Amino acid sequence: MAEITLNALAHTYCDAPSKPEDYAIRQMQHVWHQGGAYALLGPSGCGKSTLLNIISGLLEPSDGEVLFDGKRVNELKPEERNIAQVFQFPVVYDTMTVYDNLAFPLRNIGVPEHKIRSKVLEVAEILELSDQLKRKAKGLSADQKQKVSMGRGLVRDDVSAILFDEPLTVIDPQLKWKLRRKLKQIHEQFNITMVYVTHDQLEASTFADKIAVMYQGQIVQFGTPRELFEHPAHTFVGYFIGSPGMNFLEAEVGDDALTFGDHTLNIHPKLLAELKARNATSATVGIRPEFVHVWDGQNVDAFRVDVDFVEDLGTYKILTFTFAGVSMKARLSEDQKVPQGKAFVSFPEQWTKIYLNDYLVEVPHD
Amino acid sequence: MTKVENNKAWWLVMPVFLIVAFSAIIPLMTVVNYSVQDIFDPYTRYFVGTEWFKQVMLDERLHDALIRQFIFSFTILLIEIPLGIMVALMMPTKGKGASLALILVAIPLLIPWNVVGTIWQIFGRADIGLFGAMMAKLGINYNYASEPMHAWLTVVLMDVWHWTPLVALLCYSGLRAIPEVYYQAARIDKASRWAVFRYIQLPKLTNVLIIGVLLRFMDSFMIYTEPFVLTGGGPGTSTTFLSQSLVQQAIGQFDLGPAAAFSLVYFLIILLVCWVFYTTIMHMQKDK
Repeated sequence: MAEITLNALAHTYCDAPSKPEDYAIRQMQHVWHQGGAYALLGPSGCGKSTLLNIISGLLEPSDGEVLFDGKRVNELKPEERNIAQVFQFPVVYDTMTVYDNLAFPLRNIGVPEHKIRSKVLEVAEILELSDQLKRKAKGLSADQKQKVSMGRGLVRDDVSAILFDEPLTVIDPQLKWKLRRKLKQIHEQFNITMVYVTHDQLEASTFADKIAVMYQGQIVQFGTPRELFEHPAHTFVGYFIGSPGMNFLEAEVGDDALTFGDHTLNIHPKLLAELKARNATSATVGIRPEFVHVWDGQNVDAFRVDVDFVEDLGTYKILTFTFAGVSMKARLSEDQKVPQGKAFVSFPEQWTKIYLNDYLVEVPHD
Repeated sequence: MTKVENNKAWWLVMPVFLIVAFSAIIPLMTVVNYSVQDIFDPYTRYFVGTEWFKQVMLDERLHDALIRQFIFSFTILLIEIPLGIMVALMMPTKGKGASLALILVAIPLLIPWNVVGTIWQIFGRADIGLFGAMMAKLGINYNYASEPMHAWLTVVLMDVWHWTPLVALLCYSGLRAIPEVYYQAARIDKASRWAVFRYIQLPKLTNVLIIGVLLRFMDSFMIYTEPFVLTGGGPGTSTTFLSQSLVQQAIGQFDLGPAAAFSLVYFLIILLVCWVFYTTIMHMQKDK
């Protein structure tokens, strides 16, 4: 059981890093609390796996510290850290039976055989591997192999966290869902900290209570799936979470509103004051397609825009339109009237986010 | 469905037939032909049936050579396979060291076989050879030309020196093919160095080891050049192996019939032993 703290952590594969791009992990501060189910979400090459390998000790970070329950573990090898890790491609010991595979980590630390037996049988039961125990691991299917590699993490009592590195990549879609449920159950049953690396937002949000979104070696936002959706703290989160992603447009900071060419958009006066306080002349406005309000007719708040096309996705439709020269999307519910040629849209203030240099600008708390 | 007759297709398989015929069937049949005849000169020959086979099978000298052959092959396999694995495990995997190690290990394989024999003939001499002189310094009256045990030791050492690199290179390539993630998982599972070898490296090496064992068995069972140069089969007949007896018979005495029968028996023994090795290893791998 442990709380994992990353203190001013950074990692580079270069010998002489000079610019931020040389770092696979840029300096970060982060805490994974004991017993949480976390996802680490991000595109390929953003540093997710590097971060995971640093936590497990397979990699030593070039800067900063990894703390388990406040104790520095940088110098500890993976075998000394009490961490289990499940890899993208299932690792099983081919020549051993399923039973021996599950017993392997316990035998390595000298647990007596009768204790091993009860523990292995218990874990096999949970993973639905009981009837496979006598089989050689070599002949198992990919999902069974992956269950065996998860099982090797679960048999150990000393494990304080289990790290998953895209564990369902090689699993068939219908089994993916089942295994993900299983993981969730295991998490509830064992109360172990779990960190789950994935590039699939659906996988992340069904597994995790809180998601850390990684982009270019940084955790740009850490929050619940709902927070990520409603209040993206970074333009990348807006773009990466949700389908389709957030609409973004560049606006000029005017005297009493934001302007896009001929159009003006009123925003909260305090927000505008904050932008001016930061000497910003332009800002990025972001709004999710789900929150763009499409009116049936002309309206004082609404902008008149050109409709480009409408895609019917079954239960809803996606309207693509051009506003101030930028192509944007809005989600139409099934029973909503589909606008022809022209449409009238407005951006509700509550869902209109302002970003400066990719980061969210918020009204300062009083 | 009706079967389409297409005789032109025969032209397409023709090259394969020709290659197999010239490379295997015709030479083998020539030997079979010799083995059942007594040939005096190109125009005088008699059919003798299985007489040469009986003679060969009952020849005590060949029995002795066969036993020596088996002892030799198993000795070098017992040394070369574990030693080859050990060398492969110790070879560096990255950087300049890796290429250097590969070249150094491969050197004995590049030396012509009769040169290998000559090298060891000199190397083992007590007067001018390093190895012989060293043994003499240790107080051992080392003489491979007169002591059968010394002759054996030299022949075995020579073969180990010459061919362990092959096993090592095969194992090295097998080890390189193991994905890094297996080692990472083993570290997470707190596996000992021995457990990593026993449960990851050795199982993943099985396939290259099959090739290694079969190649080394076949080659050592047919060994001719090196002992011929080194000891000439002596002292006495102590290092006379099967192929040397065969050459003596076929070329030395020009007894083509018995030599042909001998060749066929020789060939069948190698085939049989290889088959036994192969099935045993395959059987060991099976899911119980």
